[in-house]
Amino acid sequence: MSTQPPTTNDQQRPARAAASPWAIELKGINKRFGPVWANRDIDLAVARGTIHGIVGENGAGKSTLMSILYGFYTADSGEIFVNGQLAHISDPRRALALGIGMVHQHFMLVDNFSILENVILGVENSPLLASSLGKARRELKRLADEYSLDVDPDAIVEDVSVGQQQRVEILKALYRGADTLILDEPTGVLTPEEADDLFRVLRTLREQGKTVILITHKLREIMAITDTVSVMRQGQMVTTMPTAETSPEKLAEAMVGRRVLLRVEKGPAHPGAPLLEVDDLVVADDLKVTRVKGVSFTVRAGEIVGIAGVAGNGQSELLEAVSGMRAPRGGTVKVSGRAVSFHGDDGARRLREAKLAHVPEDRQRMGLVVQLEAWENSILGYQDDPAYGRGAILDIDAARREAAERMQKFDVRPANPRLKTASFSGGNQQKIVLAREMERDPDVLVVGQPTRGVDIGAIEFIHNQIVKMRDAGKAILLVSVELDEIRSLADRILVMFDGNIMGEADPAVATEGELGLMMAGIDPQQAAARAAHPEEELRP
Amino acid sequence: MSARRPLPHWADVALLPVLNLLLALLISGIVIALIGQNPFDALRILVYGAFGYGEGLGFTLHFATDFVFTGLAMAFAAHAGLFNIGAEGQAYVAGLGAILVGLTLDHTSWLLVLPLAIIASSALGAFWAFIPGYLQAKRGSHVVITTIMFNFIASALMIYLLNYVLKPAGVQEPSSANVVAAGKIPQLRQFFPFFGYAPLNMTSIFAVLALIFSYVVIWHTKLGFAMRVMGLNPTASRYAGTSNSRLIMIVMAISGGFAGMLAVNEVLGVQSRIVMDFTSGYGFVGIAVALMGRNHPVGIALAAILFGALYQGGLELQFEMPAVTRDMIVVIQALVIMFTGAMEGLLRPGLENAFILFRPERKAEAVKRETVGTEG
Repeated sequence: MSTQPPTTNDQQRPARAAASPWAIELKGINKRFGPVWANRDIDLAVARGTIHGIVGENGAGKSTLMSILYGFYTADSGEIFVNGQLAHISDPRRALALGIGMVHQHFMLVDNFSILENVILGVENSPLLASSLGKARRELKRLADEYSLDVDPDAIVEDVSVGQQQRVEILKALYRGADTLILDEPTGVLTPEEADDLFRVLRTLREQGKTVILITHKLREIMAITDTVSVMRQGQMVTTMPTAETSPEKLAEAMVGRRVLLRVEKGPAHPGAPLLEVDDLVVADDLKVTRVKGVSFTVRAGEIVGIAGVAGNGQSELLEAVSGMRAPRGGTVKVSGRAVSFHGDDGARRLREAKLAHVPEDRQRMGLVVQLEAWENSILGYQDDPAYGRGAILDIDAARREAAERMQKFDVRPANPRLKTASFSGGNQQKIVLAREMERDPDVLVVGQPTRGVDIGAIEFIHNQIVKMRDAGKAILLVSVELDEIRSLADRILVMFDGNIMGEADPAVATEGELGLMMAGIDPQQAAARAAHPEEELRP
Repeated sequence: MSARRPLPHWADVALLPVLNLLLALLISGIVIALIGQNPFDALRILVYGAFGYGEGLGFTLHFATDFVFTGLAMAFAAHAGLFNIGAEGQAYVAGLGAILVGLTLDHTSWLLVLPLAIIASSALGAFWAFIPGYLQAKRGSHVVITTIMFNFIASALMIYLLNYVLKPAGVQEPSSANVVAAGKIPQLRQFFPFFGYAPLNMTSIFAVLALIFSYVVIWHTKLGFAMRVMGLNPTASRYAGTSNSRLIMIVMAISGGFAGMLAVNEVLGVQSRIVMDFTSGYGFVGIAVALMGRNHPVGIALAAILFGALYQGGLELQFEMPAVTRDMIVVIQALVIMFTGAMEGLLRPGLENAFILFRPERKAEAVKRETVGTEG
């Protein structure tokens, strides 16, 4: 421990700062929340001008560590050095003054302000808005040119895409003089194209000498973009190594603490009778824009049909219509040969009665009431079942007993049905939903994004459960934006683009490239035909 | 993980409201001192007037009965995410049900009148709340707006009915005919002289029953589960197969039913007839009662007694201390509503910090942090 007095370095001294090769150094960071060590004796050194990835399961302490660095929390003990200088970061403003900026997973933007207004929010340097705006516009232009972060400063935030909004967050940090950027799960909300754009931007930032700390649980991103990677597990730093010297398998093992199968092991499917028949389905969204434009397909007993596609091509609306959450404009849905009525606003109940179970895409918005206790969510949608009391009174004891059994069976941790659902990690929340829907022994299981925001260890479990359902003769419709997931789970792949099914693919045969073309709306057969006639222009 | 540590449950439900109340009393004391009166005398008179003797207590509990009904109306709907601020109008219209039963069965027995009047007034209160519920469920008009509007409609409707339909010939004021025999719900003073002239009557039993009923419905029935789910997450409610539109109408009707019971207490228990504005703003006090009672029946019971005491003690204070006018009483009541209702979160951050420091394990942690800081 140094003997330096804990006076804060209120003035930055850039001349001396350049002396250290480390942009950020954390030494012996400890942070406890009650009995839980969120961070235990963490050492971390981030070299200037690099992209440093931090991976770990949910609850491994990544976010806590970054919150300490950004001044949201103070560490119980330990030291932070910024550019070689001991720093006491008491709040985010200090962090910014030291050149540390953060881009949060959930954007902190004023939706109905323009991009320019959002950028200067809080750092207007004159009481007259016009002069700050003028200055900011020039500065923004400079930043946008330097880092190829093109945005229209006068566009209203709510009108631009999620990817653009993220750029605004990055610009905000740069505008405030950030040299080190922390990005917390930046690709969680992005489409694959937007994620590629983001990576381009990050590379430019690195070229310009900025330092980037990337928190993620997607190993592919780590491999694709980082220079160095650190793995955290249960509050401790497990390892730090150059990305080039590791592999996704090694990282997964370090994160979970045991060997993890990244691929699903499953035998061939034995499809039986059609259980879910969708015919010419047309669905509009809340703004009355038609998002599903006449889709037809069948899911048979004992097979998993995967719907692939870039997010926003109608998969969500399709899923909502098939599960009774959204009345379609046209077409029919048949479960076990019987057509479903979409009259009224309780379609979900009728589909449950038809033995169709639904694991929704967004568990926190739809599949769970996070403020309620786990056992209450374990009966959500089935509360009228006589198993939970005949008549009007709810048999709370029966519901709790059953929830406790299910939590044991699905390895939900902690297996306490009296705990508030919000206090479970994403993976455990998802297991609560899966247990509820699967233990009902449905004929048809409709699953949306089953592993979104779920730890690697839990992903393996969830995938195995889905395969087990298939082998038990259930018809499974799987919608996911993770192409890897679809390819490893599905027995047949349907690719959706712009509300239509572009085509069907056999996961054993189809390459990622073919699927990618279909996801981009290009018919692979046509593309092949065009490739055979090189005189035609291949690229649009 | 949030940086803020939530308060222990008991501090949230008990300590915080008490501190808020003390703060309100402190400010009220300053106001009373400013007009040249002794705030301690005022407090003593207020407390004595509300609880010190039988008649005062009787009045306090009578007011509390009204506030339980309106507080429950607010709280029940709030659990389903609905903001029913129309208890005032629902209770007013419900007076029609109470008086109808009272007049029709005036020759029978109060034992028959009381339950039927409760049913009739609840039904009318429920009807008056059902319409905004229907408009929200089927037409998307927000209940906050429509229930306010329905208060005005109720007021105008009742003035019309009192003047042109219900007023017996020869009577000079806008009021209905009197119930004279069985239609009068017995007041407790008829059995216990202890209560002096207080109007506390048998309807209060239904206030206790309503509290128990609401507790059971909200936390122990399938309907209660469905409405809590809808209140916390309407999308998850639809996912669960609940017809939200249907549930909104049911909940609003039950909520209005609670408000309607107030009419029996006032119309048949005190006035023996419908007089203009017999609801006297009690419907709005119910909002504060529900807020302070954290929408829980036990909390509502306690908060209703507190507000009952403020009403009764306030009347006493006005009488004993002429310098404290009726308007001053309203100021004090408003301060209590403000601190316990609108600004109930005022002390929360401070209290949270205090708890972190004073709980031993937290203190140890804080000390450790300090020492580490100085050792550098």
